[in-house]
Amino acid sequence: MEITVAHLKRGQRGIIKEFSNNFIPIKLLELGCLPGNEVELVQVAPLNDPIYINVNGSHIAIRREIALKIALELIDESPVV
Amino acid sequence: MSKQINVALIGNPNTGKTSVFNQLTGLNQKVGNYPGITVEKKEGVCKLPRGVKAHVLDLPGTYSLNTTSLDESVAVELLLNKNDKDHPDVALVITDVENLKRNLLLFTQIKDLLIPTILVINMADRMSRKGISIDIPLLEEKLQSKVALVSTRKRTGIDRLKELIAEYKNLSKKPNIDISVIAPDYFEKIKNTFPKEESYKLWLVITQDVNFMPVEKKLIQDASAFSTKSKSELKRLQQKETILRYQFINDILKQAYKVDINAAKGFRANLDKILTHKIFGYLIFLLILLTIFQAIYEWSVYPMDMIDTFFASATEWVKDTLPAGAFTDLIAEGILSGIGGIVIFIPQIAFLFLFISLLEESGYMSRVVFLMDRVMRPFGLSGKSIVPLISGTACAIPAVMATRTIENWKERLITILVTPFTTCSARLPVYLIIIALVIPEGTFLGLSYKALTLMLLYLIGFGAAIVSAVILNKILKIKSRSFFVVEMPSYKLPLLKNVVYTVLEKTKSFVFGAGKIILAISIILWFLGSNGFSDDFKNAEEIITQRVTENGFSANSETYIENKLLEYTQGINTTDSPSANNPSGTAIQDSLSLKTTELRGRALNQEIASYKLEHSYMGYMGKGIEPIVRPLGYDWKIGIAVLTSFAAREVFVGTLATIYSVGNDEEETIKYRMAAEVNPITKKPLFNLASGISLLLFYAFAMQCVSTLAVVKRETNSWKWPLGQLVFMSLFAYIVALIAYQLLK
Repeated sequence: MEITVAHLKRGQRGIIKEFSNNFIPIKLLELGCLPGNEVELVQVAPLNDPIYINVNGSHIAIRREIALKIALELIDESPVV
Repeated sequence: MSKQINVALIGNPNTGKTSVFNQLTGLNQKVGNYPGITVEKKEGVCKLPRGVKAHVLDLPGTYSLNTTSLDESVAVELLLNKNDKDHPDVALVITDVENLKRNLLLFTQIKDLLIPTILVINMADRMSRKGISIDIPLLEEKLQSKVALVSTRKRTGIDRLKELIAEYKNLSKKPNIDISVIAPDYFEKIKNTFPKEESYKLWLVITQDVNFMPVEKKLIQDASAFSTKSKSELKRLQQKETILRYQFINDILKQAYKVDINAAKGFRANLDKILTHKIFGYLIFLLILLTIFQAIYEWSVYPMDMIDTFFASATEWVKDTLPAGAFTDLIAEGILSGIGGIVIFIPQIAFLFLFISLLEESGYMSRVVFLMDRVMRPFGLSGKSIVPLISGTACAIPAVMATRTIENWKERLITILVTPFTTCSARLPVYLIIIALVIPEGTFLGLSYKALTLMLLYLIGFGAAIVSAVILNKILKIKSRSFFVVEMPSYKLPLLKNVVYTVLEKTKSFVFGAGKIILAISIILWFLGSNGFSDDFKNAEEIITQRVTENGFSANSETYIENKLLEYTQGINTTDSPSANNPSGTAIQDSLSLKTTELRGRALNQEIASYKLEHSYMGYMGKGIEPIVRPLGYDWKIGIAVLTSFAAREVFVGTLATIYSVGNDEEETIKYRMAAEVNPITKKPLFNLASGISLLLFYAFAMQCVSTLAVVKRETNSWKWPLGQLVFMSLFAYIVALIAYQLLK
């Protein structure tokens, strides 16, 4: 199974891999959600959706359906909270 | 005389762009913290060194020039159109020192349009706390621009910024990036067709949605020959462009921008943990809502009592001072009671706007969006619908406009349609006066029944919005993709100046906006109420005097005289101590009979006045609609008030004030006047629990606001939706009020 932003646990980080941009709103790209950039999961909303991430220094909330489209390479040493 | 320089402020949302605008122009305006608050065109004049003047335009916040909403396209359109009179001679790109990397994306795009650009780095006061250091000269060199480090909070750096604007002719016009490298052949072709235009401009025109660019239509039609590439291909190129720009930015910032990571974290993360917590998050949100309602109801009682007393005595003063006549009557009974009816609600409205502005300024509103998104989704709404629904408690008009941040059209349309159900501040006057009349004193868990009723009404409004959303979600067959992206701004202590100004501005516009309508309607109503065509009206005095001489006073007047007399005798008894200078029995007797005569005179005047009102123009109109409103428990006077408030809800109170002022010659305040009204059929107080609840529910659901209908028409671009709202909501209100009254009476 491919790891995506939606699979991150709180505090876990990863590097964005190439993604199919058809499903990603351009706004998200402009906020810095681009291949090669680091993503950290900051918070998960009470009903498990949306999620609150820090990507490239931008703090943004996105829905899980979009998060599932952003593939990741996990950064191992990141702590799992 | 020197030429005015055109300056445009542009920047991402939440960078304090509006604060910079305020500092430059001295015109203070609202600073919001949720995306897209700056929707209207804001302009001002700024005095620069050496007598130069600048015309400053505050453009809507945007993350880039690739527009995804109507608001953003306003900014792009202006930057592209050189013939626009507001086309900037110089653009100020406002950035937030903490998010410089992301903010620079927009900067490079504007530079590539060959517009002289100054980079303004705002919130410089946060640098030391966040461990940030910037090499300004290096940044200026790499970006080929000038950089101004400012802090609107500490008011530093503004003078240097003004200096830079005045010197705008020295700014470099070189582009930052040659974007043609993302598809060399493609750009070559475009360039050959339009040799005079910059390639980035052409690229923007090609990738914009055609609808957003009316000014550039011609160019689009020509250029669209080149949009031969498919949409996904263009999107891929846009992604390439974004990556290219970030590469450029990252290279620069690696050298010029340093952050000490250890200093950066902490406060925000901790606060986020609590405020978006599974349980505490909702609990805190609920507590905040409760506090707001308690404040609106309990804390504002004192200033309201003062205003009430003031207007009562002002009316009295006018009557005593000015010579009696139609003009005095107009002032005292038409104008003063009309104005008094609206001024009294200033404290409550001010409290409401105070809280909403605090929530926005602090950054908390975005957390609410985050918390509520999943909760709202089953109802066909988005977390972003929370912002319109909450600002709808102030006024539905800005709330409907705030829906522009919702990217999904179906979610947006549903939000627009249901927002008018939320309890706006115009309903507040109506609610408050009726609650004061019909809801008993007492407390439950430390909250007064009255405050709880008010809270319940807010919840009912909210509930109605949710239920209609579910229905609309089922009925509306619109397919649109959802792109939910919300920026979570860092927490900020709200600036007192911004908050105070927002409260003043909003309250003022509410009072004057509504005041105009209310005043006009008050005067018309006064005229209709104090004039009549029938013989009954003209001969009211003789008819009533004769009736009283023959049959005595009506039961109402008898009770009135009795009560007043009782009050008076009690007054004498308590003031007279037994040891006092032997108040002779005759003296008391004399004063009592004097008082009785006075009271009888008043009662007679009242009967004449109410007879006159009944036979005035207004009386006939009211009688005409009475059959419609009687099943709801209202008399014709309330009927008139309900009818006039279809223009704007708050007119209700003003109308009743005018009607009762005409009908009653006493100096008592509106509330007492209303409490004294008696239902002619049931002989019980007119405003009782049943009719009161029925009225409250009617106002909770009815669509009574012409301005909202107009704004819905504008935002949906069709009459279908506002008319549907009007018919559905009003019909629903009537039915609910009918059921409530029939069950409770």
